[in-house]
Amino acid sequence: MIQSPASSKSIRPGPLVVIAAVVGVAAIGFAYTAGWLSPHRLTPKKLVSALAPPGGPALGHRRNHAKGICFTGTFEANGDGSALSKAQVFLRGQYPVVGRFNLGTAEANAADAMVRVRGLGISITTPDGQQWRSAMIDAPIFPVSTPQDFYELLTASASKDPDAMKNFIASHPGFTTFLGWAKNGTWTGSYAEERYNSLDSFLFVEGSGTKHPIRWSLIPAAQPVPISPEELAKRGPDYLEQEIAQRVAAGAQHWSLVITVANPGDPTADPNQAWPPDRRAVTVGTLTVQQIEPERDGPCRDINFDPTVLPAGITTSDDPVPAARSAAYSRSYNSRTAEASYYPRTETGAKQ
Amino acid sequence: MTTSRTRFATPQRLLHWLMAVCILSMLFIGVGMVSTVTPKYLTLVQIHKPLGIAILVLALIRLALRIFYGAPALPADLPEPVKLAANLSQYIFYALMISMPLIGWAMLSAASYPVVLFGSVHLPSILPVSPSLHTLLWHAHYLLAFAFFGLILMHVAAILFHKLIRNDGIFETMAPVPTHGRPE
Repeated sequence: MIQSPASSKSIRPGPLVVIAAVVGVAAIGFAYTAGWLSPHRLTPKKLVSALAPPGGPALGHRRNHAKGICFTGTFEANGDGSALSKAQVFLRGQYPVVGRFNLGTAEANAADAMVRVRGLGISITTPDGQQWRSAMIDAPIFPVSTPQDFYELLTASASKDPDAMKNFIASHPGFTTFLGWAKNGTWTGSYAEERYNSLDSFLFVEGSGTKHPIRWSLIPAAQPVPISPEELAKRGPDYLEQEIAQRVAAGAQHWSLVITVANPGDPTADPNQAWPPDRRAVTVGTLTVQQIEPERDGPCRDINFDPTVLPAGITTSDDPVPAARSAAYSRSYNSRTAEASYYPRTETGAKQ
Repeated sequence: MTTSRTRFATPQRLLHWLMAVCILSMLFIGVGMVSTVTPKYLTLVQIHKPLGIAILVLALIRLALRIFYGAPALPADLPEPVKLAANLSQYIFYALMISMPLIGWAMLSAASYPVVLFGSVHLPSILPVSPSLHTLLWHAHYLLAFAFFGLILMHVAAILFHKLIRNDGIFETMAPVPTHGRPE
């Protein structure tokens, strides 16, 4: 039935059409999956680009929370977390921590008093080789509910349209809760006096498989001393880094890690909504910051504090934000590591 | 490395089609995951890593089978340049199947990420933490993925050409089940 080309020079068009169709459909499917045919898809690239300040991103630095300082220390678990999660990090014991205090800004040289949000990233390693990474901030809630809303917030705040923010707030009323904290919340003069919150909800998983929706916070042992941003500005643009270095050199700083367990029906999927204050809270251990090191040559520099790097015993929940953070942090990491020459290390031979 | 058989051995054919599904899935997962910020991102990444390691293991088994069983000879009437392209493409496929998972693993190692396969099962780091190595490996992983997909498209086009136009029995050497209509 089928002609052999050896016996005939004419090739029927039918088979060629089939071949072109198969290859074409596969290529189009690939292009669609890659997002090339969906210009409106919110990609990590779009989200990260929207974070950039007007002058462009700070090359070699994180695309957000760009200004920061490294620390090392320990997490000492008291064992109480084991009732909620099988992760080794909650077994009574002491585990090494690499972390980073930071400011919620895309400007690596921002003045401390100009930045409302402060953050803390940690990576705890346990003897079983697993890691728990987290990036927390001092705000009590996330500004918005979803990654799409966050993108719209970034777009509106960068917009030249004078009504852009007004329109954003009108369509995202949850943002006003965050604004209330931003305007009326206490400023302190030290990273050591801040409370850092996970904001996002995660699931703790027991050995039996039972899951508990939770959030967590690091509560400082240091007493917060309120300060006005004007007073903070007078102390210099990099006061917070100088202060934490001196403070830790004089004595280790401590935070209690408190797990808040949701009641059924609490809004686990919405980091913009706080849970009622009477929820069960379990103190599971103490973070101790023992040594501060500048980021340029410090141990936190090459770590992506991706909040979805979790040990077995902790997983993401129905909160949509950690996935977007993971995707965006990864993109930021890929960009900044490729730009390392813009942020050179000072130690000779420190770089491979 | 040719054999007198007219078909690849059953384990070779089984692995070919199993890996075809795995690798195509892997390439789609790869381009899909880096283009989304939805919770699908995490699901896709969680599949990408263990599937990559599975492909590495299967590729090594397949290489051993290939050395052990060899491959059926190409039709004698095939022009020399086509034979060369066919043989070369097989070397490139093996190189990609083995190197892509290793590059991915090394890339995660150089970025100080834990290489979690599932649950508490994770792989050791195979490179020191290094931004420059990470950058090099990331670009290699990205570009080779597109090269891999392009090679697969050419492979599919070529085998359809052999089956639908030449009907020279090459498709039958790897067909999942014996097919009819083969010329003598």
